[in-house]
Parts: sequence; C-alpha cells; structure tokens
Amino acid sequence: MAVLETQELTYIYSAGSPFEKVAVDHVNLKIDAGQIIGVMGHTGSGKSTLIQHFNGLLKPSSGRVLLDGRDIWEDKNKIRDVRFQVGLVFQYPEYQIFEETVYKDIAYGCRNMGLDESEIKLRVIETACDIGLKEEILERSPFELSGGQKRRVAIAGVMAMRPKVLILDEPTAGLDPAGRDKIITHIKNYHRRTKNTVLIVSHSMEDIAGFADKILVMNKARLFCFDDTVKVFGRSEEISEIGLDVPQITKVFTKLKKQGLDFGKEVYTVGYAKDLIIKYLRERGL
Amino acid sequence: MKNIIEIENLHFSYRDDTGNLSAEVLKGINLNIKEGEFVAVLGHNGCGKSTLAKHINAILVPTDGKVIVNGIDTSDDSRIFELRQCAGMVFQNPDNQIVSSVVEEDVAFALENLGVPYEEMRRRVDDSLKAVNMYEYRLHSPAQLSGGQKQRIAIAGIIAMQPRCIILDEPTAMLDPQGRKEVMSTIRQMNREKNITIVLITHYMDEAAQCDRVVVMDRGNIILDDTPKGVFSHVQKLKEIGLDVPQVTELAWELKNAGYDIPDDIITEEECVEAIKKLFGGKTIGSS
Repeated sequence: MAVLETQELTYIYSAGSPFEKVAVDHVNLKIDAGQIIGVMGHTGSGKSTLIQHFNGLLKPSSGRVLLDGRDIWEDKNKIRDVRFQVGLVFQYPEYQIFEETVYKDIAYGCRNMGLDESEIKLRVIETACDIGLKEEILERSPFELSGGQKRRVAIAGVMAMRPKVLILDEPTAGLDPAGRDKIITHIKNYHRRTKNTVLIVSHSMEDIAGFADKILVMNKARLFCFDDTVKVFGRSEEISEIGLDVPQITKVFTKLKKQGLDFGKEVYTVGYAKDLIIKYLRERGL
Repeated sequence: MKNIIEIENLHFSYRDDTGNLSAEVLKGINLNIKEGEFVAVLGHNGCGKSTLAKHINAILVPTDGKVIVNGIDTSDDSRIFELRQCAGMVFQNPDNQIVSSVVEEDVAFALENLGVPYEEMRRRVDDSLKAVNMYEYRLHSPAQLSGGQKQRIAIAGIIAMQPRCIILDEPTAMLDPQGRKEVMSTIRQMNREKNITIVLITHYMDEAAQCDRVVVMDRGNIILDDTPKGVFSHVQKLKEIGLDVPQVTELAWELKNAGYDIPDDIITEEECVEAIKKLFGGKTIGSS
C-alpha cells in the first residue's frame, strides 16, 4: 500500500486576493513505502509547496493528503503525530541548530515526542552513526563544527525521530563535491538500515540519478511526471526544456543518437556509459 | 598584457580569541592575474580559496607576503577605498548583500557613499542595471526577486563602481539551474564586453570549464594552474583532493584507462561526441 497519497491536491496562495496564485494544481500521487524518491522542479514549480503538505505544514485548499490511507486532516488534533511520522528537513537546516551540545540538538525532536531518556540516547547514538558523526563530538557545541558537520547534525535530529517518511529539501545545496557525496552516502546508509521512505528535493538530475528509485517532476504547479528513474531520463529533452539540469553524460548520448549512434538505452551515469560503449565496441571487434 | 593582481608569497593565519596566530590557512601563494583574464578557483571546503579571495580587496591582509591589485598594495590603509572601487566582491548568499528596499537604490548604494554626483550616478545605475538585464526591475523590491536576479543586482552594484576586477565567491551555489545560467552569462558578458577581470570561486566544474584559466587549491597551496583542458586532464589528482571533473572528462579518462585511444583533454559535450564517434570509426548503431 502507498505510504503517502495525494488526491486532487490543490493549494492556492492568497485565495480571493489580487495576488491569488495556484501553487499546486490537482496533483494525484501514490508513493510506495521504502523507496527513495527524487523530487525535481524549477523554482516556482510548486515542489516546495507540495512537500509542505506531506507533513501538514500546509493544509490543502482542496483535495486530500493520505498517510497510510488516512486523511491527515481527518482529525485536526492529530496533526502533531503526522509531523512525527513525516519528517521534513528544510534547506540549509544548519541555520536551525540552537542547542548547546550536538547531543541535545539531535535529541530535541525525540524529546518533544515524549520518549524516555534511554530510548533517546539509543536513537541519538544510532543516528549519529548513520549520518557519520563520531561519538566524541556529541558533547561539543554544534557551533564549533564545520558547515557540513552542522548540516548533518540538523538532519540527524529529524532522522532520530524515525519518521516513516523522511523528506529533505536540497540537502546538498552549497556543499563541495566531497561534501555532497558524503551526505548522499549517509542518507543511503540510513535508508538501507531503516527501509523508510526518503524523498530528496534537488535541482540536479545528476545528483539524484545514482540512487533514486523514482523521480517526481513538478512543472508550473502540476505534476509533470512521476516514474521510474530510467523512464524519466528517457524524457531528458523535455526535462531540460522545463529548466532543469540534465546530466552532461545524458546530453552526450542524446546527441550521439541524433548523429547515428543509438545505444538504445537511457544513460545517466558515467560508469554505465563506459560499460555500454565498451560492450558495443567489443561486439564490433573495435 | 599587464598584471592586475599580483600575489607574492602570501601567507595567512587567522587570529584566535587571545590574538595568537592559529594554523596557517594560506601557505605561500604566488599568483599573477592579467588584466581581462577570466580565472576560476577550485578547491574543496576549507582549502583556503575564500580566504585568498578576501585578500584581493583587503577584507583580509597578509600575515606575510604581498598582494598588489592594480598597483595598490592591499596592506596600505590609506588607499583602501581606491582599492575597493577597483576590485569588487560578490558573495554566495544573495540575501546577505542587498541593503535597500528598492532595486535601483541598492545599486546606487556604493555610489552614494563615494559621493558620485546625481547625474553621473543616475547614468551609471541605469547602465549597470541594463548590463545585467535587470533594468525593467529597477523600481521593484529586491524581496520579490529570485535568487539569480538578486545576484545580478549585487553584480550591478559592483559594476556601477566601474571596477577593473570582480571577485565572486561561489555566486551560484544557492541558485537553481536557471539562476546559475543567468549569473554565469552576466559574468561572461562583463568579462568580454567591459574587459573586467574575473576571479570566480566555484564548486561547479562546468563553470570552471568556461573560464580561460583554472587555479586549483588544496590545503593552502596552489596545486594546479592551467587552462581548463590542462587542469581537467589531471583526473586522478583532482579526485584525490575531493574534486570532480566534468562527466565527459571522466568518461574519456575511464575509456582511456580501459585501453582505448581517446584524448585526455575532453571538456565539452561536443568534443566527447566527436571522440566517441571516432572510436566507432564512423559506423552507426541502430537500436532496432
């Protein structure tokens, strides 16, 4: 069964005013449990508005959001529970760190859930390990850490709540290539261990190509597509037209196809491109 | 052509709370940049590239060594205004560098401080906004603009001072692909049309590939300094210090390692397409 589902989800900012703007327009989605999903869309496409519905930060103007088959707004008083089950990590989450030690900052959400101290400790240590923070820094002030470390502390705080669905809004923005790889590796580790659903928002297909099971693309408030990664890459030209970055390697293979070298496959990683070229060369005895 | 930036044996350490020097961040940098050059500086976080950039307009001054910009020694306090008119800096976060609530006032901010006469100021503000393609937004509030537009306003504010050189510290890091394209094309245009020297600090290899020259830093030293082709041919070395190369360069490198005859200085899609076609000896492949 789908862990998250939207039915005709619509959201209108400043409804009834001259600034009225439809940010999400009749979106129907079913997200299966346990997958990693890449969420893409140009600035203003509605992707941030969409994900803010998943944990009830925004209430639909019309339509429904279902978590495990239940409308999250069915009982308004239970919306707090929804926020424990769907964890949202904002862009630049390191700006939200405020506690005096790393341990306390990671524990903050768990404490709000009313967990007992021993459970909190277990979760903080487990999560710190997932996200690649050594135990000895847990007692340090988070403000002494590097930018990349701070970001991991902020992400860990949400992971420690063990949400069924973890949503990260551009978790690698502003990091260098090594920092990007590190965060992605740790998110994959978390996913492997917990088998929880993970949604990652990104502008770059290159970033999510390597690990997303499915990709969701928003364009002009509507769902442009939601499909297996390989199928979405099959539409890379359209995706490029709506202002998103397509991996350089995909563009090369699109050009090759036009010039008479059709490898018959969607290519979006360098490793796969290499294997494919070598296979074809060998077959031709070259 | 003459050097606009001359950096000679630059050493720098930050001071801790007690005023003592902590570990060295820059360890003897030598770098000359010619007037009109478009230079990218690459390196992973903490390698010292932002610290280096802040030396060019005297936000920081050397612990040892010299930085000369357009003939001005950056440690000469008496010429600091002259220096900063000549070398302007654009930072990563667009929201941190906008001061006014109207776009054209923001662009005029530095000129007002410099006491530029009104007529002259009006003309320079308009010209700068046109140069970054934001003239029609001159009466908007910056709060209504996208990140890419805000960065172009920040660039306009610098251009209005008619600098010889602009230093940009990861100006596109917080922008979406559209914003990145806008900012990069504005920077290239400033370089080409106004012959402004550009020092671009970036994490994006595709941006570095568009420059005349790429300087790679690691742990406070310059380890590579060459054309983009020259620098990106050091795939192994770049990977070792935690940097990427463009995907097309990596593919060529992988194929070369597998024993195929392919150039190791591929940095554009077109070059990659041609090289692969050559490997197949002009044959075609059909999927059916």
